[in-house]
Amino acid sequence: MDIKSSGIIISIILMLIGPVKADEKIQVVASFSILTDLIQEIGGDRVSVDTLVGPEQDAHVFNPAPKDAVRIAQSKLVFLNGLGFEGWMERLVKSAASKTKLIIVTSGIKPHSRKYKNGYEDLDPHAWQDVRNIRIYAANITEALIAIDPAGKITYENNFYRYDANLISLDAFIRSSIIAIPSERRKIVTTHDAFGYFEQAYGVSIIAPQGVSTESEASAKDVATIIRQVKSEHIPAIFIENISDPRLAEQIAKESGAKIGGKLYSDALSNENGPAGTYITMMETNIRELTKAMMP
Amino acid sequence: MNTLMLFYEMSISPFAEFAFMRRALVGAMALSLGAGPIGVFLMLRRMSLVGDAMAHAILPGAALGYLIAGLSLGFMTAGGLVAGFVVALLAGLVTRLTVLKEDAALASFYLISLAGGVVLVSLRGSNVDLLHVLFGSVLALDDPTLLLLASSATVSLVTLAILFRPLVLECVDPLFLRTVSQSSGVTHLGFLALVVLNLVAGFHALGTLLSVGLMMLPAFAARFWTSTLEGMLATATLIGFISSYLGIIASYHAGTPTGPTIILCAGVIYLISILIGGRNGLLLRFIPRKHLAA
Repeated sequence: MDIKSSGIIISIILMLIGPVKADEKIQVVASFSILTDLIQEIGGDRVSVDTLVGPEQDAHVFNPAPKDAVRIAQSKLVFLNGLGFEGWMERLVKSAASKTKLIIVTSGIKPHSRKYKNGYEDLDPHAWQDVRNIRIYAANITEALIAIDPAGKITYENNFYRYDANLISLDAFIRSSIIAIPSERRKIVTTHDAFGYFEQAYGVSIIAPQGVSTESEASAKDVATIIRQVKSEHIPAIFIENISDPRLAEQIAKESGAKIGGKLYSDALSNENGPAGTYITMMETNIRELTKAMMP
Repeated sequence: MNTLMLFYEMSISPFAEFAFMRRALVGAMALSLGAGPIGVFLMLRRMSLVGDAMAHAILPGAALGYLIAGLSLGFMTAGGLVAGFVVALLAGLVTRLTVLKEDAALASFYLISLAGGVVLVSLRGSNVDLLHVLFGSVLALDDPTLLLLASSATVSLVTLAILFRPLVLECVDPLFLRTVSQSSGVTHLGFLALVVLNLVAGFHALGTLLSVGLMMLPAFAARFWTSTLEGMLATATLIGFISSYLGIIASYHAGTPTGPTIILCAGVIYLISILIGGRNGLLLRFIPRKHLAA
């Protein structure tokens, strides 16, 4: 019996049983908002997802609350990015003392490492900035959901194929947007440290301003460093997280000749109604901001 | 020759290379020009803490302007001015009509104003950007802001020149001024208006809290160098200039936030003045001097 006919039989059985009731949904937990979106795309109505680090929140400084441990204990699966992104997760699962299964969605991905100034080296967890990696994420999620809920196999697979097609066209869209930009202008200065995979996958040079701290208020030294570097390397666009004062951004733009880019979403989605409510709209928003700033 | 080059590299070339450095310097100096002399009068009238109280009183007005129109120069300035004037007027009224003294009246109204401001800000939810109201950004002075700072300095100096004689009288003998002239109340309110104006102009560059520093610290330091009023006015302005320059250049080399660095420089100059000031400096006490011949 091939997959197709077994699928038909299963769906006939499902029709006889009737639709899945709301309280019979598979309870799973996702570590951060991007995974939640992917799980909802694949799982559809059969899965109910709880998110630990929600939209607009920073996973790096997440502080687990007791209710998070309860959620984990009550769920069947916990989806993690891995690669060191959720350092707090291991302890959380241990303290929840649950038999919940951990799914690392990045398994099968070729991870990049990143080097620090002090010679220290670790893995870069921001693999989702390469759309091809998200296809692997989606496949891993599909596999895990089927393993825990074999009855939903057809739904999950259908959702996966549909979503995977969207990912392929998203990847093509990003590539064609970048190709439209003259090659010598495909570089930006940014204090975001999340775009290593994006740089490698799509050929945009991501330059970090040297010696500029991202967390504190910009000093005269920081501003001078950025202006000098942008001028000497003819960088067309700047994306800076910690310069939130539009007047300062304007000042830098005027003096360096570069454009100041808008907000890039790196580690978390925006709220549902925001410009980056899903993974796909997040990547589209980012590429739109990037091309707008890099275009001559 | 080499040391000359090094000196140029360290202290002048940053200003030649970057427009934002020149703007920061001009802005901070314009602020010192108006705020320095006002600080001297505040100190002489024993109103040194009034600047601080007024800065807190201005905050809610600026916050309200921010909530209405975002980071808008016009709205935040107008809001700050209105809040400051209202507090000054109400405090003046309470002082003249009730048993409360001026310090008590001012303290009560600035506390009310500050609490109102905090409530207003929290109504909006996000207060991240409002940090700019508290700490300003001397590196982000655009043309309108520079014009505001320069206008405020001009208005302050002209008004001080007009009010100079009654102000001096108020400082040395307020009762005498009240008996010989009707201008006591006008002088007092006009002077408080100048304090408000300078603080409001200052919060765009340094933030409400730090602009008090550039107003008061140079005045205190000047007290240790000269005992004539004219001398103190000039010295306070000069110390303001020096602090602005040193603060900006130190922030450039050391990578520290610019506004606080300027105030720290003023603070260091103040401490040095206490120690080695030519008038009333602590060290002078330990140097034996000739007794005046009888």
